[in-house]
This record gives sequence, C-alpha cells and structure tokens, in this order.
Amino acid sequence: MQIYLPIAEVSVNAFLLLGLGGLVGVLSGMFGVGGGFLMTPLLFFIGIPPAVAVATEANQIVASSFSGVLAHLRRKTVDLRMGTVLLIGGLIGAAMGVVVFNYLKSLGQVDLLVKLCYVVFLGIIGGMMFIESLNAIRNTRSGKAPKRKKHNWIHGLPLKMRFRTSGLYISVIPPLVVGVCVGVLAAIMGVGGGFIMVPAMIYLLGMPTKVVVGTSLFQIIFVTGFTTMLHATTNYTVDVALAVLLLIGGVIGAQVGTRIGTKLPAEQLRILLALMVLVVCFKLALDLLIMPSELYSIGAGGGH
Amino acid sequence: MLRLLILLCLAALPLRAEEVVLGLSADEVAITANFDGSELLVFGAVKREGPILDEPLEVIVTIAGPSAPLTVRRKEKKLGIWVNTDSVEVKEAPSFYAVATTGPLKEVLAQIEDLRHRISIPKAIRLVGASPNVSNPQSFSQAVIRIRKKNRSYQLLEGAVALDQQTLFRTSIQLPSNLTEGDYATRIFLTRNGYVVSEFETKIDVRKVGLERWLYNLSREQPMIYGLMSLAIAIAAGWGAAAAFQMLRRG
Repeated sequence: MQIYLPIAEVSVNAFLLLGLGGLVGVLSGMFGVGGGFLMTPLLFFIGIPPAVAVATEANQIVASSFSGVLAHLRRKTVDLRMGTVLLIGGLIGAAMGVVVFNYLKSLGQVDLLVKLCYVVFLGIIGGMMFIESLNAIRNTRSGKAPKRKKHNWIHGLPLKMRFRTSGLYISVIPPLVVGVCVGVLAAIMGVGGGFIMVPAMIYLLGMPTKVVVGTSLFQIIFVTGFTTMLHATTNYTVDVALAVLLLIGGVIGAQVGTRIGTKLPAEQLRILLALMVLVVCFKLALDLLIMPSELYSIGAGGGH
Repeated sequence: MLRLLILLCLAALPLRAEEVVLGLSADEVAITANFDGSELLVFGAVKREGPILDEPLEVIVTIAGPSAPLTVRRKEKKLGIWVNTDSVEVKEAPSFYAVATTGPLKEVLAQIEDLRHRISIPKAIRLVGASPNVSNPQSFSQAVIRIRKKNRSYQLLEGAVALDQQTLFRTSIQLPSNLTEGDYATRIFLTRNGYVVSEFETKIDVRKVGLERWLYNLSREQPMIYGLMSLAIAIAAGWGAAAAFQMLRRG
C-alpha cells in the first residue's frame, strides 16, 4: 500500500515504514537508545529527503521512548532524579551544541564533521563496550567475582546527592558534566544521544545496567521533543504522516524490546549493543573510504 | 489595450497554416494520501486551412514541473576519504521534465530551435556561471540529468508520440509518485524540417487535496500548533501501546 507523504512529497510503501519503525523500536526498548543513528540512514536509503528524515525521526523517537519509559516505570527501573540531573545538563549542552554547529556550518564541511564524529565515537564506544562485556562474561564463567564500584576521585567531589534507584551516593557534578557533553554531541550529530549516554552512565557514573536503559529513555523524550518543536517551527520539515507510520511500528517494537531486554543478562545486553554500534560505525567508515558510485549529489539551492 | 492585443493576435493567426487542438486526460492531478503516480494522456489534432504539405509533420510534447534552484556538489578523495569539494549552483531546474517526440529528437528539432524554445533536457536546465576554480562545470548539469533520469524525474521519450495521417496525435506520459505540487507547463510543438511551425501551451494543475492539503497548510501557517500536534500524537501512541501491552499481559 503506497502512501503519499505531505511534507516529504514522496510516495512510499506503508508496510515498509511500519516494519522499519518496529525494528528500530525493538532496539530502542532493549538498549535505551533512541535509534536515530540507525533510522535516519535507513530513511535516506528509501528516498526521504534528509532534512525531513532527521526532523521526523526526532518526533518518532519521542513516541517509542515514551512507550519504553512507561514499561520501565512499572518495573521501577527509571532513576527520575538522575534523569533530571542529566536532562538539565543535556539541555545546556544542546544549546551550546547548536552554537558550535552553526559556527561549523559557516566554515562549510559540516556533513563531513558529523560523519567523522559518528565514526570516531561509535568506534571508541562500541570497541570499549565490546571488550569490557566480553571480559565480564569470561569472568562470570570462570567464577570470579566482578569488580564492584571503586572509590576514586569522583567520590571526593562536593554537592553529594543520593540516587536511590541507582544505589549511588555521588556528587551531582559528574552527571551534569556527562549531560552537557552528550547534549553538545547530540546537537552536532542530530540524534537523541542515547548511544553515548548509555555507556557514559554505565562506565563513568557506575549505574547498574538495568536502571540505565529506563533513565536514558526518560532523558531522550525531552531532548527529542525539544528538537521536534525546533524543526517544526524553523524548517517545517516534520512530516506527521511519516511519523505516525513509523511510530505505530515503533511503540509496539519498544514494548517487545523492553520485555526482551529484561530477560537477557546485563552482559549479553551490553555485548549486543556494542556489536550493533560497531556495525553502524563500520558501515559509515566504508562510505567515507570507498569511492561512491555517484560522485555528484543534489541539494536544495540557495543555502550557503 | 488588451482588446487591441487580442485583435492583433487574431489578425496574425491566419499566417500560421497549422494549429494544435489539444485534449488532456486530466487538466488537474489531485495528490491524495494514496497517490502513487499517474498516467497522463495527451492527445489532439492538427487543424489546417490548406492541403497537407509534402514535408512530414513532427510533434513534440513537453511537460515541465515547477522549477527550483539547486546546489550540486562533487566528491573528491582527500587524505584517503571522500569529501564534498566543488559545488555549482543551478539557477533553475524543473522538478519534473518529460519530452515525447514522434522520432529521434535530433531529427525532428533543429539545434537553433532547441536553443530558442529550450526543449531538450539539457536546455531546460540553467546553470549559474560557475566560479572559475571549478573544473569542468558542464559535468554538474550532466550529473543532475543523470541522477534525475535514473529516478524517472526526467524522461526523454523519443518516438512515443503516435501521429496518424499527419493530423491526429497522442502520447501517454507517466508522472512519478514523487511529484511536487505546482503548475506543470505542457507545450506542444509542431515541426517541419526541424523548424517549429506551430506552438501550443497550457498547464496542468498538480495539487494536494484533502488531508494532504490540510496537513501541509497547517505545517506552514501554524507551525507551533503543528509541532505540538505531532508531539501529542507521539505521546498518545507511546502511552496507548504501553497500556495495550499491559492489558495483554494481565488478560
């Protein structure tokens, strides 16, 4: 069944969009990532104009994250206090990121920078998570007790706060800094930032993996909601028909994903996420290194 | 003044021995939610005062979508990775362009007439003078044609117009599903020996209708409400799915 999208001005197969939404929704519920870094390239591939794809994707992520958060709230695996602290940092970071983005745009080559950002960050995060979770699996197999939270300089910082759901008693400064850093990157790379946030929460803040997913989703709802409004009012590129098709698949997928996620052991969950991140990184790196079949590309005119 | 102009035009008419009488299968195309391309039938007759001339008559039909400026970028290998380097502004390129003819375009249309009426695809695209440090600027407009021919936005249909008895002609043109809305200029040329002997122009109105129209207008005129509506739909769908799954698990 073909559907004509009013803003994107292309006609696409409705079932294809439902399927894509569902697939990304499952990943979103499982790993607490928004899925933007997967969905956006897929939408480009089926012929949606890039500007519409990026803006509509933000709207779709709001739906799947909200659906996921509700499932996590019921399980009490959302640290609302930590989420709020991260969100405050995230919004500050996003505002800073937009300034950086516009500066780079004036220099040109912003596309290249975004792609390089992706490759570098996905590569580092994916690689680190993969090695770490492999070691964790090996340790549990051989019966060694996993290393518990170490006391380091982070615990010496002032303004301590108790995050009961995460079982942490740490200063609010590290989560704020993490939030700001992720916010800056998210604004530059045009995604919710879940795939950076999740590893940061696990490895930098020492939060338990189960709580991380719900808390990340909670934070993503607000960041992507903000992005949707920004795109809708300034670029008019949010296609609500496209969003509805994607999010019907997405919300169902997120529910399924959350259930799969709670059944899998934490180490396996992390190793799967690491593999997925590495695959996307590899694909993006290939695009930069291999000679494209079409050297020319058409963009909207007048913009400089 | 206008009357005078019309009078003058009427006075000039008898000089043209042959004229086009046109029919269209539709003079407007409505883009609905399940729009999936459309076939447009262009047919008509040649009205003439005198007898048919010995030289064979040829017919060219063109349909052009609304024009928009474009930026075309070229990739080059720098430090081992492929990056966009040169770019050229195309001043005007139609979003859709189809040329249907009775025979090979080179034979039915002289070069000079092509320049005057901008009929062939390369002539329909206007390049802005590229900056002098861009090598081979022509390759950019060729790239636009190549990319758009590939997704059927530009079509050269040589021999697709059927002409009976030098009088009745018809052709069908497939409009793709990625149609942008606007006025689609439709031109019919009658040529002899490559020279245009008669020209006829009309337009096809391509418009979004119904829900498509409403959503599009809302997004432009009330972007704030449109954005909030999108968010409300997203939240409602997220909540709905969570509630439905909860009920499934209990029931």
